[in-house]
Amino acid sequence: MSDQHHPEAPSDVEARTLALESLLREKGVLTSEDVDRVISAYEQDIGPMIGAHLVARAWVDPAYRQRLLHDAPSAVRELGYEYRADTRLVVIPNEPGVHNMVVCTLCSCYPWMVLGLPPTWYKSAPYRSRAVREPRAVLAELGLQLPDAMAINVWDSSSEVRYMILPERPPGTEGWTEEALAAIVTRDCMIGVARPQAPALTGAPR
Amino acid sequence: MSVDRTIANLEGTAALPRKNGELVFQAPWEGRAFGLAVVLNQKGAYPWNDFRVRLIEQIATGRPDYYENWLGALEALLVDRGLVSRDDLRRRAAEYQTLRRDPVF
Repeated sequence: MSDQHHPEAPSDVEARTLALESLLREKGVLTSEDVDRVISAYEQDIGPMIGAHLVARAWVDPAYRQRLLHDAPSAVRELGYEYRADTRLVVIPNEPGVHNMVVCTLCSCYPWMVLGLPPTWYKSAPYRSRAVREPRAVLAELGLQLPDAMAINVWDSSSEVRYMILPERPPGTEGWTEEALAAIVTRDCMIGVARPQAPALTGAPR
Repeated sequence: MSVDRTIANLEGTAALPRKNGELVFQAPWEGRAFGLAVVLNQKGAYPWNDFRVRLIEQIATGRPDYYENWLGALEALLVDRGLVSRDDLRRRAAEYQTLRRDPVF
C-alpha cells in the first residue's frame, strides 16, 4: 500500500454502530461473522424468491393454494424453508375485481421471511401515510393503473401479522412450469403494488 | 434444511427473482445495524416485538433517516436490557470518531 492509506474519521452513526458491534463482540454475545451471515442472507439469498416460489406453487397446485391461504407458515415449511414462529404470516389472494396491497403505517413491518428486506419506498413516510388514504393514487404513481371498477383492499401490517399478496396468475402463462412462473413473480407483485406480466415471447411472429 | 442451503440449490430460472431482490443499504453501517438487530433476536436477546416498539418510538420523533432510527432503537433496547451501558457506548463511539480506535475491523 502507498502512504495514502489514512482512514477517514467515521461519521456519528458509523461510530455508534462500530461501538455497538465491538462491545457486543467483546462480551461474547456475537461475532462479526454472525452479522455478515445475516446481511448476506437477507441481501442475496432470501430476497423475494421464497415468496415467488410459494406463489408459483399455488398457481400450479390448487390444494397447495388452499393450504397457503389457510396456514402460510406451514405452507412455507412444506417447501423446505425455515419459518421462525414469532410472527404470523397471512397470505391474501387477489381475486377478479379485487386488488390487495400491503403497508405498515407505523413503521416498516414486512414479511422478511418470504420477501427479504423491504424496498426504500416501503419505509418512506409518504407511502406509509398515503397508502391507506389514497391507495389508487399511490398505485398509479408506482406505475399500476387499476380500473375504477376494481376494489382495493389495503392491509396494514403489525408486529403480530405480516401480510403477503398472492397475485392472480396472468393470462398467457398456460402450461408454464413452476420455475418459469416463479420468474415473473416480483417482489412488488407480492407487496401488491404491481401485477405479474407474462412477457411477450421474444422473436415470436406477431 | 436451512434457508441458505435451500437457496443454494435453486438454480436457473428459479433464481431469477433474485434480480429484484434490491435490498439496498445506502452505506455499510446500515447493513451492520440491521444485521446486529437480527442476530441478537436470533440469539434470544429479546423478542422481536420489543425491538419493533422502540423502532416505532424512534420513527415517531420525526427524524427522517430510517437506519439512524433503527440504530437508536437498538441502542435503547440493549441499554434497557443491560447488555451494554450508555457510558460504554458513548466512550467507544468517541474512540472510533477520533481514530483512537481503528474503524477497520
